[in-house]
Amino acid sequence: MADASFKDSAARALADAKFQRALLNVKRGFIVKRAAAKSKLPEFDQLRDEARAIKDHTLAHLDLYLEAYERKVVESGGEVHFAPTAADARSIVLRLCRDAGARLVTKGKSMVSEEIGLNAHLEAAGIEVAETDLGEHISQIRGEAPSHIIAPVIHLNKEEIAEDFVRTHRGLPQGRPLGTVQDLVAEARAVLRAKFIAADVGITGANLLIAETGSSVVVTNEGNGDLTETLPRLHIVIASIEKLVPTLEDACTVLRLLARSGTGQDITTYTTFATGPARVGDPDGPRQYHVVLLDNGRSEILGGEFRAMLRCIRCGACLNHCPVYGAIGGHAYGSLYPGPMGAVLTPALYGIDHARDLPNASSFCGRCEEVCPVAIPLPSLMRKWRERDFERGGPPLAQRLVLKLWALAAKRPRLYHALGSGLVPFLARLVKSRGSFRSLPFGSAWTGTRDLPAPQGKTFHALYQEQKRSGQS
Amino acid sequence: MTTDAATKSPLVGLFVTCLVDLFRPSIGFAAIKLLKDAGARVEVPESQTCCGQPAYNSGDRADAKALARAVIETFEGFDYVVAPSGSCAGMLKVHYPDLLADDPAFAPRARTLADKSFELTSFLVEVLGVDRVEARFGVNVTYHDSCSNLRELKVRDAPRRLLAGVDGLALSEMEETEVCCGFGGAFSIKYPDIANAIVEAKARNIAKSGAACLLAGDLGCLLHIAGKLSRVGSSVECRHVAEVLAGMTEAPAIGQARKAG
Repeated sequence: MADASFKDSAARALADAKFQRALLNVKRGFIVKRAAAKSKLPEFDQLRDEARAIKDHTLAHLDLYLEAYERKVVESGGEVHFAPTAADARSIVLRLCRDAGARLVTKGKSMVSEEIGLNAHLEAAGIEVAETDLGEHISQIRGEAPSHIIAPVIHLNKEEIAEDFVRTHRGLPQGRPLGTVQDLVAEARAVLRAKFIAADVGITGANLLIAETGSSVVVTNEGNGDLTETLPRLHIVIASIEKLVPTLEDACTVLRLLARSGTGQDITTYTTFATGPARVGDPDGPRQYHVVLLDNGRSEILGGEFRAMLRCIRCGACLNHCPVYGAIGGHAYGSLYPGPMGAVLTPALYGIDHARDLPNASSFCGRCEEVCPVAIPLPSLMRKWRERDFERGGPPLAQRLVLKLWALAAKRPRLYHALGSGLVPFLARLVKSRGSFRSLPFGSAWTGTRDLPAPQGKTFHALYQEQKRSGQS
Repeated sequence: MTTDAATKSPLVGLFVTCLVDLFRPSIGFAAIKLLKDAGARVEVPESQTCCGQPAYNSGDRADAKALARAVIETFEGFDYVVAPSGSCAGMLKVHYPDLLADDPAFAPRARTLADKSFELTSFLVEVLGVDRVEARFGVNVTYHDSCSNLRELKVRDAPRRLLAGVDGLALSEMEETEVCCGFGGAFSIKYPDIANAIVEAKARNIAKSGAACLLAGDLGCLLHIAGKLSRVGSSVECRHVAEVLAGMTEAPAIGQARKAG
């Protein structure tokens, strides 16, 4: 990702009034609701410590838990496939779909499938893919990536979605009423219901994988996860390795934090546990159950200084509370994973060369870390990326030069104070009778949008020395 | 520069901060007055420059470490180190121990310094036990929490408690007082469009509060907010909380012209 592209996308997002109005939904919805949900749960902070410990423990023994998990999946009649790379995961899923003779695949919401570009891969092989999460369905018909990890189309308003429905939902009367959210949901439900019934394969992600039972857990508010898992004859779970927790009890601890942190619900409308294919006597369920476990760089993250990032449970709270995300939305990040979690994860997955702006574009306000349900030190991790970026000479030459000159002076107090006591009165005189600069040569980055308050006249140290000499201090 | 064991009065090294040094010395003098009024002895070592945050947050760890070591050497002889800034105090208190953790000579010294470093208002209230200052400011104000004070140092009540004792002052809290102003040091010039969008939202909340004056404990935030308010022609003036608490409000507000005559 080039410097210009992030800044250009951010500038476009900032100039788009309709988009800015839609972004207010994040503030009005998620932030207020999370605060309310947290305040109703006195043990929230204790749960947070527990969840953090569970994830840290699992990550420290991930090899053992992965083996235990695989054994349990096999015991329950399923199969586990380890995919070191995105390409491996794509070909495993395609092979499974082909073996099942699949023509239509339904999908629950899965960030990992987005990460590996699964839809395009299956479609190129002639398999129809239907996203069944309402937000993902809208993203799919728009040909757009999600702009938020739990609310894919938070950047849209209902009028835009109605236009997309009219354009892409074929065979429905023109001029039908689509003015309300209820109209839109009803139409999507009818369109998707046909897909659920016709699907040969259902692919879901997993919010959690449980080693103790070999289960995968999916949370939704629409029930589309259940229908994707139970109706087709093959259920494929695609999940990254850090989704693992040891026990059912541990999963429940994480679940108590997940919805509260993300949407502010006590619990999502549906929480679906899947363990193996349908057993003899089960009224429904898939005939086959396969789990594709994606590494795609996680093992490397696990062994390095960004390990804490693998605690992430993808609740979206850091996006919702980030002033930068709140200003520019998700797409400007140019990454599937936006906001603070994306600013740490994206360079870890794709390299800092492709994402240097992401960890740099933060005021380090710390709200992300404050609301993170597993206490990931996101600003510290972003700073580590800045350090790596600085070491490789990533920042523009002018920035590095200014920083080096400043550091040169700051390390030499006499020089520093001499420069300060020369420059400050000069600047103070320059501004004459006004108190602020409206523009400054070389200062347009600041004065383009804000005045710069002028210095008072002399530096503190100069004045303090004067006072000391005159015996006042 | 050692504590006189006979006196109980603690010796405070004032960490002026580079922004106060360059832009607004009156904050430094207000801090000295507040500390002295509360019974502390105050010295301002001349060999101080900057806490190193510009380097630290730009990824320049080597220069950040060099500056951290210099600050430690300059200030470790004092009983306390106090800064009229949550951001710089947070650097000393929270980040130096991390930054120098792998430096065997300086790691323990960084921890010792961290333990005795404080932001001004929290030091006055929590260490010196000040619960009322002698000051008058008959203005309706609103208070901006800097992110470093609020989240890094958990300083929220101390400035409000002290302001409550200022004669004539009324505090009207703004909405979203826990949200960043978008300054973020170099962030405000590296990503000016984004920083501006964030401070515009802050300026709207300030206007809605109805206050005539915005106070804060960090000059970085204040320069950013005052710069925005000045650009949009707002009449709200901006001051550092120390100036009001010390009763030193005769200087023009931040970014405002000296009064004629």
